[in-house]
Amino acid sequence: MSNRTTASTAKPEGAPLLRQLHLAVSTGETASPTQVNLARRQLSQKLFFGLLWLAGLLAVGILLAVVGYVVLQGAKVVNLEFLTTPPAGGLATSDVGGMSTTVVSTVYLVFWTIVIAGPLGILAAVYLVEYAEEMEGTTGAIPVLVSVVRFAVEILAGVPSIIFGLFGYALFVSAKSLGWSFSLRSAAVTGACLVLPVIIRASEEAIKAVPRSYRAASLALGATKWQTAWKVVLPAAAPGIITGIVLSVGRVVSETAVFFVTFGGTVRAPDTVFDLSSPGRSMALHVYYLAMETRAFDKAMGTGAVLILTIILINLIINVVSRRLTSKLEGR
Amino acid sequence: MEFEDVKLETKGYSLYYGDFQALRDISIQIPRNRITAIIGPSGCGKSSFLRTFNRMNDLISGSRVAGDVYIDDKNVFAMDAVELRQSVGMVFQRPNPFPKSIFDNAAYGPRSLGMRDRSKLAEIVERSLRDAALWDEVKDDLNKSGLALSGGQQQRLCIARALAVEPDVILMDEPASALDPVATLKIEELIQTLKQNYTIIIVTHNMQQAARASDYTAFLMMAEDRAGYLVEHGPTDQIFTNPQDELTERYITGRFG
Amino acid sequence: MRKIIDRAIRYVLLASALVSIFVVFLILLFTLREALPAFREYGVLPMLTGTVWRPQQDQLGILSMIAGSVLVTIGAVALGVPLALAGAIFLAEVAPHVVREVVRPAVELLAGIPSVVYGLFGMVVLVPGMRRLFRVPGNTGFGLLSASMVLGVMVLPTITNIAEDAIRAVPRGYKQGSLALGATHWQTIVRVTLPAARSGIIAAVILGVGRALGETMAMIMVIGNSIRMPQPLNSNPLTLFLSQARTLTGNIAVEIKYATGIHEDALFATGVVLFVLIMIVNATARILIQQGTRGEK
Repeated sequence: MSNRTTASTAKPEGAPLLRQLHLAVSTGETASPTQVNLARRQLSQKLFFGLLWLAGLLAVGILLAVVGYVVLQGAKVVNLEFLTTPPAGGLATSDVGGMSTTVVSTVYLVFWTIVIAGPLGILAAVYLVEYAEEMEGTTGAIPVLVSVVRFAVEILAGVPSIIFGLFGYALFVSAKSLGWSFSLRSAAVTGACLVLPVIIRASEEAIKAVPRSYRAASLALGATKWQTAWKVVLPAAAPGIITGIVLSVGRVVSETAVFFVTFGGTVRAPDTVFDLSSPGRSMALHVYYLAMETRAFDKAMGTGAVLILTIILINLIINVVSRRLTSKLEGR
Repeated sequence: MEFEDVKLETKGYSLYYGDFQALRDISIQIPRNRITAIIGPSGCGKSSFLRTFNRMNDLISGSRVAGDVYIDDKNVFAMDAVELRQSVGMVFQRPNPFPKSIFDNAAYGPRSLGMRDRSKLAEIVERSLRDAALWDEVKDDLNKSGLALSGGQQQRLCIARALAVEPDVILMDEPASALDPVATLKIEELIQTLKQNYTIIIVTHNMQQAARASDYTAFLMMAEDRAGYLVEHGPTDQIFTNPQDELTERYITGRFG
Repeated sequence: MRKIIDRAIRYVLLASALVSIFVVFLILLFTLREALPAFREYGVLPMLTGTVWRPQQDQLGILSMIAGSVLVTIGAVALGVPLALAGAIFLAEVAPHVVREVVRPAVELLAGIPSVVYGLFGMVVLVPGMRRLFRVPGNTGFGLLSASMVLGVMVLPTITNIAEDAIRAVPRGYKQGSLALGATHWQTIVRVTLPAARSGIIAAVILGVGRALGETMAMIMVIGNSIRMPQPLNSNPLTLFLSQARTLTGNIAVEIKYATGIHEDALFATGVVLFVLIMIVNATARILIQQGTRGEK
């Protein structure tokens, strides 16, 4: 027969101060201060957790509201004809025109931006990870240069997009500059500056994650540093690098401010992908112009819907590609 | 082994993590105000068993229990876990003081339970720090961060913190394993003074410590399917000088584990 | 031969890395160069404190735009931060695994929606809504309130993401210690987890502030773009948020295409002011974080 204990077990040096608040492990007591306090704390927790749930649901709700509204409204307008007809241009009324040229312009823009920023960013990342670290601990120009580079990348990542736009405008478009004017090349080069930090960061992370043993094995077989980088490290880092590239694609597709001041506003698309001096209008810009100038809100919704679905598609691609490539590299 | 004054008891207790059985069918009585040591080879479930008594296993997703566990004849799984932990305190293997002042660390428990009176809190803090043999070393600056103390001091702060809640039971999971020998000795001495007023269960992989510091010892062993089970439980002297079970004897004499 | 190729490649790679410095340098150079005439002719202080913006008449005061940017950022923080932090705590501490798998991607998707789409939604839904909701004379629906709502949603994913990571990074030992002392889960969150994650949470909020200051197109579409100083519409000071305004970013985008001469220079000057403002915000973040981590020693 075991002992039942009441809340009076002696504690050292002085009466237990907390005992009045303490759990009374015996039966037949009405709610002690402890139990009241516990009930209050549990209630408080239920309340606040309820609010947290609300917050989580609200976040999802907002997403559904925005995406849902735009997609649903846009669906009224989007059909094959809409996608394949060029916009009417100018201050036309809202019953005319589609968005075909904007799709083309966007594709060309993405192409050139990635062509410029991709190799540049990846090679820079290779240098920062593979070559710069051999200089660690030594003094001299190179290590200083490397930290300046890292700092520059950080700054670039924090610069607001309109400033990139201003820069592109000053350098390429405005009267006192290279004189390229609103064009595909102005937009692509400026866009490349914008996404360069994204590609460098993603590539750096991916390359850093490649196990040192891969490099060691390659070098031990007599390969040079570059051969190792090209044949072993980069392929292994591919998923991360590709993720960075696709992220940049998404960035270019969504971005408005930068291309607003470098790409122009004409609804005509460049004739071919090499028509670099031609201005154009990306899909995102089209949404802007339709809403602010043409006032064709239905078509703006339509274009917006296509835009959103493109972004969702790009996100899905990122997830699938990185997962597929990672498992392939791990030999599954 | 049966006792007259039982504080904690398990009857046919089993613990599962998902499909994996961590503990099998353990029935044991823990006597009040004594030190019970739990020994056994790595991975046999000593810590899991310890965590049963304050239901910290609840935090591990997928954990399931079978059988019964009692504190003072009340079913542990029928009561509120938060309430249980006010009576059953725990000291962890790695000292984990909060990134707060020494005072706030010790006062954390009472404050959580609703005590606001500043002077009473100061009293509780001083008494807990004294009981944990830490007061003299820190009394001049209670506002110093708990993280600024040495490892041994941090662990004593954690003990003080647990004592401040005025539990009946203190669970200690290898409390000195992360500490140097001097600090370890201090902790062991401290435990001896605490036993007058607290029921103490201490998990240790250090057999000498168990032999020195405890009144009773339970030996847990890992079966072939890696579930832990109770092999033997008895007075410490007897376990270490005249064990009943052959497995116990082999473990004690170092033939495995 | 191989050695020569190797060396050449090394220099090519170095050059690639140096491009970033080159670009930053160019950006700073060009922006400053274009902005300088405006600063020199009109003066930095008069520009920062002047409320009259009439560039064709050589009035280059951008205080109204500074006010616009600051106010809309405050509004976005007031609306977005509580929701974002609640969301972060929810995801890190409360949400069951299944729910997290739904909510987290949803928040990330919110981050991916193009700003023009938010602007469009704001124009079509929020602006008329605010106009109808607050029937105050002078309230067109366009203004600081609609813009704050849009901006709040836009910065929410950034803050939630980083704050969630900061909360998850808190050592488990703290949480276990608190629960073992008889505190509830909520008490543990409030008294141990959140204080421990403080520097990360602050960093998250400040990053959100930086994003908010830099947003352009969505703002142009809902904020009204008035060049006057934002003012309450009537005796109730809260109607300040119903007032139209213009942000620093909007100032640049709306006028750059047709501005010439000193007007164009003034827009570059606006860019410089914006840049400095964001740098200050980022520097503050870094200092606060350092203070936070030092305090834990």
